[in-house]
Amino acid sequence: MAELLETLLSWFHVVREPVGGVLLVVGGLLAIVGAVGLLRFPDIYTRLHATSVTDTGAATLMIVGMILLSPTGWVALKLVFIWVFMFLANPTASHAIANAAYTAGMEPKIGPSGDTGEADR
Amino acid sequence: MIAAATLALFVAVVLVLIRAFRGPSLYDRVLAVNVFGTKTVLIISVLGFLMGRPEFMDIAILYALINFVSIIAILKFFRYRSFQVGLTRAPKVPPRTGEGEA
Repeated sequence: MAELLETLLSWFHVVREPVGGVLLVVGGLLAIVGAVGLLRFPDIYTRLHATSVTDTGAATLMIVGMILLSPTGWVALKLVFIWVFMFLANPTASHAIANAAYTAGMEPKIGPSGDTGEADR
Repeated sequence: MIAAATLALFVAVVLVLIRAFRGPSLYDRVLAVNVFGTKTVLIISVLGFLMGRPEFMDIAILYALINFVSIIAILKFFRYRSFQVGLTRAPKVPPRTGEGEA
C-alpha cells in the first residue's frame, strides 16, 4: 500500500507541470472564446449567455492549472479561496445584470437569425 | 505555457474593452466591466506565477471581492439613482397552477 502511494506521488510530481500548463492554455483559449461572444452577439441577453458561462469555466480551468503549478500549499489555499468566491459571485453578478436589464425594459431580440441588428454592432 | 496563457488573457481583455467602449446600452458596459474584472483577477495571479512571485494571490483575492461589490453597487445606483435606498424583497407572486390559462 505504501509503495503504491509512493508510486502515485512520484507520478503526480512528474505529470504536475505539463498538465498545469495545458489547463492554463485551455483556460486562456476559453477566455478568448467568451470575449469574442461578448463582442459579436446581437443583444444583451445573448452576450450574458456567452460570457457568464465561459467566464466561470475559464476561471475554474486556469485556477486548477495554477493549483497544480503552485510551489507551496498556502498559494494553493489562496487559489481555492479565489475559486470559491468566483464560483459564488460570478453567477450572482450575471443574474443581477440580467434582472436589471429586464427591469429597465430591454427587450430580447427575437426573429430570424439573419436579422441580427447590424445597426448597433 | 504560462506566457501563452497570459497572452491569451490579454487578447481577451482587449476584445472585452472594445465592447465596453462601444456597448450600445449601459448593461452591455456593466457586463463588459464585470468580465474585465474577472480577467484582471486571472491576469494578476498568472503574472505572479510568470514572475516567480505567487504572493500576488492576496491582491487577486482583494480584486475579486471589490469587483463583485462594485458591480452590485453600480446596478443598484442606476436602478434607484441613489446608494441610500434600502433593499426590499420583491412581492410574492402566487405560483402558476396551470389551470384556467389559455
